Amino acid sequence: MVKDPVCGMDIEAQNAVATREHMGTTFYFCSDQCATTFDGDPHKFAHPEPESTPEPIIAPATTGVNPALSGPTRVEFPIVDLDCASCVQTIERILRGLEGIQQANVNFATGRAHVVYDPEKISLADMQQAIKKAGYTVGGVKTRIGVKDLRCASCVTFIEESLRATPGVIRATVNIVTQEADVEYVAGETTLAQLRAAIEAVGYQTETEAKETTPEDAEEASRKAEYRDLRNRFTFASVLAAIVLLLTFGKFLPLLKQIPDQINFVVMFVLTTPVLFWSGSRFFVGAWSAFKHRSADMNTLISLGTGAAFLYSVVATFLPGLLPEGLREVYYDTTAIIIALILLGQLLEARAKGETNEAIRKLMGMQAKTARVVRDGEEIDIPIEEVLVGDIVIVRPGEKVPVDGVVAEGQSTLDESMITGESIPVGKGPGDDVIGATINKTGSFRFQATKVGKDTALSQIIQLVQQAQGTKAPIQRLADVISGYFVPVVILVAIWSFAVWFIFGPDPQLLHALVTAVTVLIIACPCALGLATPTSIMVGTGKGAENGILIRSAEALETAHKLDTIVLDKTGTITRGQPDLTDVVVNGNFSETDLLRLAASVETVSEHPLAEAIVRGAKTKGLALTTPEDFEAIPGHGVTATVEGRALTLGNLKMMAQIDATLDGLETQAQRLADEGKTPMYVAVDGQAAGIVAVADTVKEDSREAIAHLKKLGLEVVMITGDNQRTADAIARQVGVDRVLAEVLPEDKANNIKMLQREGKVVAMVGDGINDAPALAQADVGLAIGTGTDVAIEASDITLIKGSLKGVAVAIDLSKATMRNIKQNLFGSFIYNSLGVPVAAGLLYPFFGILLSPIIASAAMALSSVTVISNALRLRGFKPTVSAKK
Amino acid sequence: MSIAQISVFFGALALSILVVWYFFLSKKEGVHVAAASGVQETNIIVKGGYTPDVLVVKAGQPVRLNFTRQETASCSEMVLFPDFDKSAKLPTGETVTIEFTPEKPGEYDFQCQMGMLHGKIIVED
Repeated sequence: MVKDPVCGMDIEAQNAVATREHMGTTFYFCSDQCATTFDGDPHKFAHPEPESTPEPIIAPATTGVNPALSGPTRVEFPIVDLDCASCVQTIERILRGLEGIQQANVNFATGRAHVVYDPEKISLADMQQAIKKAGYTVGGVKTRIGVKDLRCASCVTFIEESLRATPGVIRATVNIVTQEADVEYVAGETTLAQLRAAIEAVGYQTETEAKETTPEDAEEASRKAEYRDLRNRFTFASVLAAIVLLLTFGKFLPLLKQIPDQINFVVMFVLTTPVLFWSGSRFFVGAWSAFKHRSADMNTLISLGTGAAFLYSVVATFLPGLLPEGLREVYYDTTAIIIALILLGQLLEARAKGETNEAIRKLMGMQAKTARVVRDGEEIDIPIEEVLVGDIVIVRPGEKVPVDGVVAEGQSTLDESMITGESIPVGKGPGDDVIGATINKTGSFRFQATKVGKDTALSQIIQLVQQAQGTKAPIQRLADVISGYFVPVVILVAIWSFAVWFIFGPDPQLLHALVTAVTVLIIACPCALGLATPTSIMVGTGKGAENGILIRSAEALETAHKLDTIVLDKTGTITRGQPDLTDVVVNGNFSETDLLRLAASVETVSEHPLAEAIVRGAKTKGLALTTPEDFEAIPGHGVTATVEGRALTLGNLKMMAQIDATLDGLETQAQRLADEGKTPMYVAVDGQAAGIVAVADTVKEDSREAIAHLKKLGLEVVMITGDNQRTADAIARQVGVDRVLAEVLPEDKANNIKMLQREGKVVAMVGDGINDAPALAQADVGLAIGTGTDVAIEASDITLIKGSLKGVAVAIDLSKATMRNIKQNLFGSFIYNSLGVPVAAGLLYPFFGILLSPIIASAAMALSSVTVISNALRLRGFKPTVSAKK
Repeated sequence: MSIAQISVFFGALALSILVVWYFFLSKKEGVHVAAASGVQETNIIVKGGYTPDVLVVKAGQPVRLNFTRQETASCSEMVLFPDFDKSAKLPTGETVTIEFTPEKPGEYDFQCQMGMLHGKIIVED
């Protein structure tokens, strides 16, 4: 016995007049009328009110207010663009001005608003609206939750209301078509689990996996749909085309020979029609919409070609009287095979095209899905979208770092190769930066999240690469201009080849004219031309990202292969950009270790970069340093202090003169060190000059190799620096740079670039992107050498994530490889079309008697665009001649 | 020449003129984009072309274009505004918004990545 949910009558299930499925349950009805009533609002009957309120975490409410929340409620939400302290007051004033707000405080440091409000008078959405009006944005997490068996429009309202009643939810909409709830909420106020509970509280089940919402997934889905559609159409077309082909050759087969031509024609017509109008419908639909836009594309050509062949065949089949004897030919096989072959081409093309974006997909796949954070003293796993700036995140060995941050406690080594291209794991301890998506190798550590969501290094890299893929290379301009005229011109060629063959051609003129016109239309392939550049750029930029090279635009990628001069900033580019201890010279009274220990002990309290270099140098040598007494810094001279009971003085010549220390020939040593580009500092102990410590900005270990490689690429390498000529020359000698621009003020760097450009050179500038910004912008290609996370350096055209100069060589190699690839593609498609079209028109016929079959033409056309993409995909195998990875 | 041949010749000539006129010479009417609360906003359908494909906007005012791609053909999966350095992927069925502010009057083209579909933005003073 079952109960009719509408009238309440008990009926036998097998006797039910109607049944309905709703949310996984079958309902039985005594009459059609009950069923119809049910259809009107299935939710109401499936969940009669009294039982519909299970013990909820969040009770469903028709008022949009969680009853558990009556009375003042506390909420905390981030405001993302809080960039000035005065904004704090503005937002507080706005919030306090709203009805139902009892208390509102905005913390500038944390970027969060703390509000106490009455949920019956005001909703979070209202607050968000008010803040938005004032020009600020409430930071929310957006997520989509799949809802199972969502059938009726009224159910939508229940779920939406339940979600909105959940504290922390800003917006909730349920889409019945996609079977998804689209929720925006304040992370930290609620969790995905609570949102799920809110949906389940009204009787629905949720999909266990949070639906990914990235455009890539949507794109991937539409590409898959396209692929499936093409595959079905192709399969259908190829089977029927094979039968039609068999029938065409029927006159040679003993069994089929008996069938009269006219009947054979009709059978072929029946078989070909669905091929043309179902499998081939996409061409006709496409052609028609293009036509409405007064434009013409590949679809136009295919539709005209197959349409003409088909129409002629139809006339020959049904109105043979219109055609003279001997011209009653049909081209059903041609029509069906062309459609099948072109679909096959598109199928292969769709598959290959999916691979061009492999690099981006790989990057996206690197993202961790969940993070373990500490909230209220407890460790909880949350989706990474919910991680907030400031959260303490725990990472165990073997796990991925979920977001960017700074290590708070613990030690470990991290594999950062996926971001920087650096293959050796990097040691990390408290205070070190960690990058999201890198893999924790050895130890467990906790870090504080500093960048989440769109701001993480990985997201920025992905955005940058995507943006670059959407830009156009100047080389494409010509192809674009040609594409604009291509199709109409091919149509004209087809018209005139028909006319010429009809008027001047040999018998049977009409058939020759028709076949050549169709062949011309089919062989022309505007797609190959259009695909030539973008696909290569897509693969090339993706390949760059894999190697830690972020190319900002296709134009930069193109210009990079034309470079003939490369200007390297010294500090931070050729060198490490920070001084290191290089030499310790003693005059006999002390050992090197003792002198260094004493000198470094003095400097432990100084914050000068040179002092830090000495301290660091001493520490790496394992020296135990003591705290100095009576430390005094004398500006422009040096420092004095007492260490271990001795009077220590560190400084320049003037300092030594002041304490009347005799130098005992140390001056020549100091001069030698200065000649080498180092900064020497005299050390005096108890008024006696005891030695010299020298520091210098040291050259990165692979700079020399990278510069040698750049020279091998035929580039003139120039070093630019603010240092004096002597220091600059010393560094230049070390790394093998021939031309040095020394003593250049930072603001004059751009001018120096301009001067080089006036010499007619195509100049690249490589710098750290911060104080070199104008020079980077002035150069034809500006390359910024980043340091890991700083990927979005504005002024640069190319960013090298890893701080090695080798990346410059790799970038230029990649540019050359990509441009070579593009040129092959463009050349190939130009040649293909400019040879294919005349041959199809029958240009070779008068000389060699060669006429192309339209079937061959369609195979060639299908192959040509597949070839272009396959060629672009070869770039995936790009191997830099110099490895950016060590 | 037979009558048939002569008529084919003139037929071809007439068709050629028609093709040249239809694709190259005839002018397209631009759609004026109305401004609401300071933003000039309009929806564009992507299906074998951009509908509308010629837009007339005013200089100096932000323009917001909501693209909806209603086909799966991969030609149109990206829209580019080279003059404004904007581009976007258009997943089928989703509305993707592109915003920019044209500062100088003039004609700016937008197109799909392969250059098969074209549209134009006419910026007036």
